[in-house]
Amino acid sequence: MKDDVTREDRIGALGGMGCERKRVEDARFTQGQGNYLDDVKLPGMLFGDFVRSPYAHARIKSINTDAAMAIDGVIAVLTAEDLAPLNLHWMPTLAGDKQMVLADGKVLFQGQEVAFVVAEDRYIAADAVELVEVDYEEMPVITDPYEALTSDVVLREDLDPKADGAHGPRDHHNHIFKWEVGDETATNQVMDDAEVVAEETMYYHRTHPCPLETCGSVASMDKVNGKLTLWGTFQAPHVVRTVASLLSGIEEHNIRVIAPDIGGGFGNKVGVYPGYVCSIVASIVTGKPVKWVEDRMENLMSTAFARDYWMKGKISATKDGKITGLHCHVTADHGAFDACADPSKYPAGFMNICTGSYDIPTAYLGVDGVYTNKAPGGVSYRCSFRVTEAVYFIERMIEVLAIELDMDPAELRMKNFISKEQFPYQAPLGWEYDSGDYHTAWEKALETVDYKGLRAEQAQRIEDFKAGKTRKLMGIGLTFFTEIVGAGPVKNCDILGMGMFDSCEIRIHPTGSAIARLGTISQGQGHATTFAQILATEIGLPSDSITIEEGDTDTAPYGLGTYGSRSTPVAGAATALAGRKIRAKAQMIAAYLLEVHDDDVEFDVDRFVVKGAPEKFKTMKEIAYAAYNQAIPGVEPGLEAVSYYDPPNMTYPFGAYVCVMDIDVDTGVPEIRRFYALDDCGTRINPMIIEGQVHGGLTEALAVALGQEIAYDKLGNVKTGTLMDFFLPTAWEVPNYETDYTVTPSPHHPIGAKGVGESPHVGGVPCFSNAVHDAFKAFGLRQSHMPHDHWRIWKTANDLGLHD
Amino acid sequence: MSDKMHIKLNVNGKDEEFLAEPRELLIHTLRERLDITGPHIGCETTHCGACTVTIDGKSVKSCTMFLAQANGAEITTIEGMGEPDNLHVLQSSFKEHHGLQCGFCTPGMITRAAKLLEENPNPTEEDVRFGMAGNICRCTGYQNIVKSILAAAAEMNSAKEAAE
Ligand code: FES
Ligand code: FES
Repeated sequence: MKDDVTREDRIGALGGMGCERKRVEDARFTQGQGNYLDDVKLPGMLFGDFVRSPYAHARIKSINTDAAMAIDGVIAVLTAEDLAPLNLHWMPTLAGDKQMVLADGKVLFQGQEVAFVVAEDRYIAADAVELVEVDYEEMPVITDPYEALTSDVVLREDLDPKADGAHGPRDHHNHIFKWEVGDETATNQVMDDAEVVAEETMYYHRTHPCPLETCGSVASMDKVNGKLTLWGTFQAPHVVRTVASLLSGIEEHNIRVIAPDIGGGFGNKVGVYPGYVCSIVASIVTGKPVKWVEDRMENLMSTAFARDYWMKGKISATKDGKITGLHCHVTADHGAFDACADPSKYPAGFMNICTGSYDIPTAYLGVDGVYTNKAPGGVSYRCSFRVTEAVYFIERMIEVLAIELDMDPAELRMKNFISKEQFPYQAPLGWEYDSGDYHTAWEKALETVDYKGLRAEQAQRIEDFKAGKTRKLMGIGLTFFTEIVGAGPVKNCDILGMGMFDSCEIRIHPTGSAIARLGTISQGQGHATTFAQILATEIGLPSDSITIEEGDTDTAPYGLGTYGSRSTPVAGAATALAGRKIRAKAQMIAAYLLEVHDDDVEFDVDRFVVKGAPEKFKTMKEIAYAAYNQAIPGVEPGLEAVSYYDPPNMTYPFGAYVCVMDIDVDTGVPEIRRFYALDDCGTRINPMIIEGQVHGGLTEALAVALGQEIAYDKLGNVKTGTLMDFFLPTAWEVPNYETDYTVTPSPHHPIGAKGVGESPHVGGVPCFSNAVHDAFKAFGLRQSHMPHDHWRIWKTANDLGLHD
Repeated sequence: MSDKMHIKLNVNGKDEEFLAEPRELLIHTLRERLDITGPHIGCETTHCGACTVTIDGKSVKSCTMFLAQANGAEITTIEGMGEPDNLHVLQSSFKEHHGLQCGFCTPGMITRAAKLLEENPNPTEEDVRFGMAGNICRCTGYQNIVKSILAAAAEMNSAKEAAE
């Protein structure tokens, strides 16, 4: 056969790894043909809606549903009493605690689910919610975790105050756990002996992932066949199936969970919420499909807050800036139930990555989890488990140490980076960093932004400000971060006992196209596009001929889902390895067809060629056909493979960010003049999608650093429960970002990829925050808590006497 | 329950006539009564723009408009903007420039952007950012949305020139 296309042409035709493939998802989304949860419509479907508590802490004396039930079209009103016989009035949380599905005797946070109304349409359900009469007796409210630890008020009366929690002994009835890593005695000793010690306390405020689509589910119980189908906004559909089975007693093969298109997740859709359980129960009770969709206020008030960490730090160094030790203590406000979505053995997630990108020989981390009268959650909002908190902590501590040492913060970082030769690097708090080249990335960043020039400009600006020539200050925000993603090795990572592997199953069709199914689920990351690219390169069939399917537990292999940037590191690896199994079989088929020994053929882009005779080859398309129509001795017909991948380690993406900001001291308005983001996520699968992820993550970082928060008053009222008060930046507030990269592949990942979706958020938050701090540094500012909204920035300026 | 009203609408070129409670919100009429599920619900408080449609030539957030207020109106949603083999320039531009990720904001974005370009065929980046500020996207950081809209404007203008 004559072949006059070049090898480059053949590579190009595959649309494989590294190319800017346009997204296959976009055709349906741009034409309004996405299929999101609220688009699911079934015959006879009913609607559920919650009666929620207006109080943050109250005893429930009675619930009267008569008036609600009297409305035409109301089918049922469920309360804890109805769920108790099924043992579904409480449910286990992902963190080893339990949570009320419907209020059992008392409520513990504002917005808590009290009763579930089921009606023929959403209007009738909403009418009925208004008519359910609940008699509350108010109780003292605690919203401050420090107060909770000394208060006589018992929040969780259901727990034996003396009994251990899921993570060991509890010191107080409002205490959840104590988690300690590292050597505290040695760390204290280092602090005592140090030439310089900087101390600081910072509050990483409570916020919320707030994807544009809220959470919801549709449950349909087919009583004839005993099968339950559950559609939902699930970042981990397979885990939901297992939990649903354990809770309901329905055998797992009789439950089908489907995660349709998801309108953004960012951590919000990892957990299991009372609405899911209630829709299932309501469908079982009524025999009809039941839909539940939360509205935006319910979303902000009740599902999945993030952060809420009080972090106290001490960092020690020599006089010339070599860091010798780090001490961190966190008081973690988990709200009314411990519903954090962390791997079971890590009650504070991977907070123990808080030594950051620096070679710190001795460190200690202690975390105390605390109950308060706030919503449960503690999810990883666009980050791997608590990594944003860890990176914020160390990147602020570095800045504070730089002040203490009177040293340039860029230089201080450079001086303490883990060097390239030290990888794999054993960190003092337990992780083994896989690969990195921090010095190169940092130099590239500082050079690109002309760091020296910026500092000179800033010095001039300070002069001008002091001389009354300008009212704007200039801040230069720096951050160097190391993420830890891709949870994770089954030996130390599980959720509810399920090891955090992931999976891919591939079927090659006779005509040379394919379908691959994965245990993950896209929420906008473009898996259907990028996973096909990985496969195209691995199996030599064009990405355009490969369908990627996720989210249906009846068809997809078991996987732990998409969060913590784990899809590429874990499922991406499974995809590559399943592809290699396909290739191994294809090799046998090719050898048979070419009448040579298996070892005499080799893979080349889209074909197997006879070694030393490239004109003799069989394309993968030909091989696929042969797999189905030839009787090959010793080879089963068909061409399929499945791979379950248990990663040997996490991956450690890193990056160098610089933000230049002008701040009007009289209005408190910050203006981002420049934002430079260098990311190293290892092997790059689709640069266009990586850039998109970076833009999005940075914008969510801007939101969190500069205004977004879930705030409570002393009575436990949510003060930021609508988009009027909860800051989501618009196109008007967001700058253009400059993106850049270096490539340091992960040595243990089959294709060297590390994951990127969350890096920009993790690195972005401290970068924006450091820019605000830096602007006021010359006037004596050391630490001010986020979010740096206009009022707080103005207040900072005012406190520093800049308005006098 | 209140009495039903006699409603007439024209949605994406098709006449619709039915009885409905006047309190019904237009977004629910579209999504649930007429199965037009392109416009989405992100907030129901006029903040996010996911529900944006065009009503009698204006961009409107359909989550906070009563059906009764829309009686007699001509409505265009994302479904009325192009055909699979004849897409609106914005639809292909959003794909080309990666102006979407989860896609939940996209129907509202494109519907709003089409109106913006009709009102101002030569927008600056600032005009686009200001004109799109009623539509929130949680995924993209807007950079590629702005790029998609500016590219669509350029393409529409050169097509117009070529036609003249
Ligand atoms: S749903 Fe209408 S503006 Fe958000
Ligand atoms: S693409 Fe997800 S909200 Fe815009």
